[in-house]
Amino acid sequence: MSGAKDIHDLIDLMAKLPGLGPRSARRTVLHMVRKKSYLLAPLADLMQQVAASARECLNCGNIGTTDICDICDSEKRANGEICVVEDVADLWAMERAGVFHGRYHVLGGTLSALDAIGPDELRVPKLRDRIASESISEVILALNTTIDGQTTAHYIADELGSDVNITTLAKGVPIGGELDYLDDGTISAALRARKAF
Amino acid sequence: MLHLSTLVLSHFRSHKLARLTFDQRPVAIYGNNGSGKTNILEAVSLFSPGRGMRRASALDMTRRPESLGWQLQSDLVRNERIHQTKITSDKGAARRVLIDDKPVSQLALGEISRVIWLVPAMDRLWIEGAEGRRRFLDRITLSFFPSHAEASLNYEKAMRERNKLLKEQIRDAHWYRAIELQMAQTSIEIHTARMRALDLIQNAQDTATTEFPAAQLTLEQSEGDMPTLVDDLKSALEESRFRDMAAGRTLVGPHRTDMIGVFQRKGVLAKDCSTGEQKALLISMILANARALKDQIGAAPLVLLDEVSAHLDNQRRAALYQEICDLGAQAWMTGTEIDVFHELGDRAQAIHVTDADGLSHCTQHESCLI
Ligand SMILES: Nc1ncnc2c1ncn2[C@@H]1O[C@H](COP(=O)(O)OP(=O)(O)OP(=O)(O)O)[C@@H](O)[C@H]1O
Ligand SMILES: [Mg+2]
Repeated sequence: MSGAKDIHDLIDLMAKLPGLGPRSARRTVLHMVRKKSYLLAPLADLMQQVAASARECLNCGNIGTTDICDICDSEKRANGEICVVEDVADLWAMERAGVFHGRYHVLGGTLSALDAIGPDELRVPKLRDRIASESISEVILALNTTIDGQTTAHYIADELGSDVNITTLAKGVPIGGELDYLDDGTISAALRARKAF
Repeated sequence: MLHLSTLVLSHFRSHKLARLTFDQRPVAIYGNNGSGKTNILEAVSLFSPGRGMRRASALDMTRRPESLGWQLQSDLVRNERIHQTKITSDKGAARRVLIDDKPVSQLALGEISRVIWLVPAMDRLWIEGAEGRRRFLDRITLSFFPSHAEASLNYEKAMRERNKLLKEQIRDAHWYRAIELQMAQTSIEIHTARMRALDLIQNAQDTATTEFPAAQLTLEQSEGDMPTLVDDLKSALEESRFRDMAAGRTLVGPHRTDMIGVFQRKGVLAKDCSTGEQKALLISMILANARALKDQIGAAPLVLLDEVSAHLDNQRRAALYQEICDLGAQAWMTGTEIDVFHELGDRAQAIHVTDADGLSHCTQHESCLI
């Protein structure tokens, strides 16, 4: 281990990343060091840039490199629809699907009295402001179907009242899914949401 | 048919390494006090969702003094399909479950195996607090409806959230309404499942010829009736908010349900019955549970009977063994002497458990004729 303190510090830091443990961190660092010029150096440059520029969009909470993210900045996305998600990762998942053409609102978590996360910690007041200022006609609640996610969805629906049309994503059989593998809850939700063939 | 064909206990409580193999017959476990019999039953109980029959933490189950963690491995055979099931805890950390080498949630165990039990601590079930009866009822309900586990977890979670709001004296009505809606929805699921489970038990008791006295069972709320519609329960929670805030906890809902038992033939409340009668009612319920499950899923559950045999008179004991064998259930029974299992003869396999310096040792026998 002598004379390699920096490398080992790097391994320790990498091991803190989600999905990596000490073993995979060692392998990753070794790999990068071996490909120094085309992995390690460009990665270091980019990380430095991102560290300097990455920030939360002041409007929706998306992560980008400007104060207002590309989506909020684009007039094309101002179609009166706003999709409420828990996390930036959920926003990116929606974007990858490429089917939603409105804007987003990232809550940054779910309501949890036990974890001391209330509506004010979740950009709920900001959502209210945006509905007025961006003339929103439909709020799509795309929260996770966990208890916390659903409590948060009900909270927002209850809070916004009838001023705006509120919808939520359908729950049911995933595309390519086999019924045999679904839990009872999903099957009953899918059955309740059945539609004419 | 549902049975365990192998069971390996490593560093689990008093067992350092026990490799056991079984056929479908019941298992009689005998040995001195403290030898490690109940520990084996507890291991089997973990092959169903929940914390097992002692409700112990993973840390408590870790073999001392080594404290390395523990692992249970079993081939669970259900209708001729083998599911290799592994439950592990690393240095007392939360349990992890693998079925056929895939990590799954604990709840997935409920889709394969069904385990029900009777333990000595339940001897006072009818005379002690409602919590024990509710837990027994939920075990029965869970055996019929695996989704009961999830509904209960979700309800508990939502209720803890609401209790926190109450304690902190938060007055955001939107927040309460959102949580109370979740509570109301899961409550109705829980209550409906419990009612259906009681119906199944009642029916299975009434239609069987058995040596054990039928228990007549009803559910009772600590106050008023349990609403059967989501909206009614929602309003009940809303109305109760002020009172609940004073109490610092939620006072209405399925966590306040009690199960009332009556010795049907005599019309006497279970709590007023003799000790032996109270136990007989529980055995009747367990057997009814097993019969009803066999009807429902085509396989009798694993039935764990800790120290049940020794407390029955000869006639009742013979009847219990006969009913278990008729069911084709792999029942796991403990006793200090092999004599109490003699009646089973070669209808059951046996394990002799001995203890040496805090270490359990198991010897397997083909039958109970030892
Ligand atoms: N985590 C642990 N590590 C080591 N030993 C343990 C652990 N937990 C319990 N034991 C020991 O296991 C022993 C056997 O317990 P068990 O309850 O299985 O006995 P038993 O055979 O059912 O006895 P009885 O007939 O009295 O009911 C006890 O002496 C207990 O101290
Ligand atoms: Mg014991």
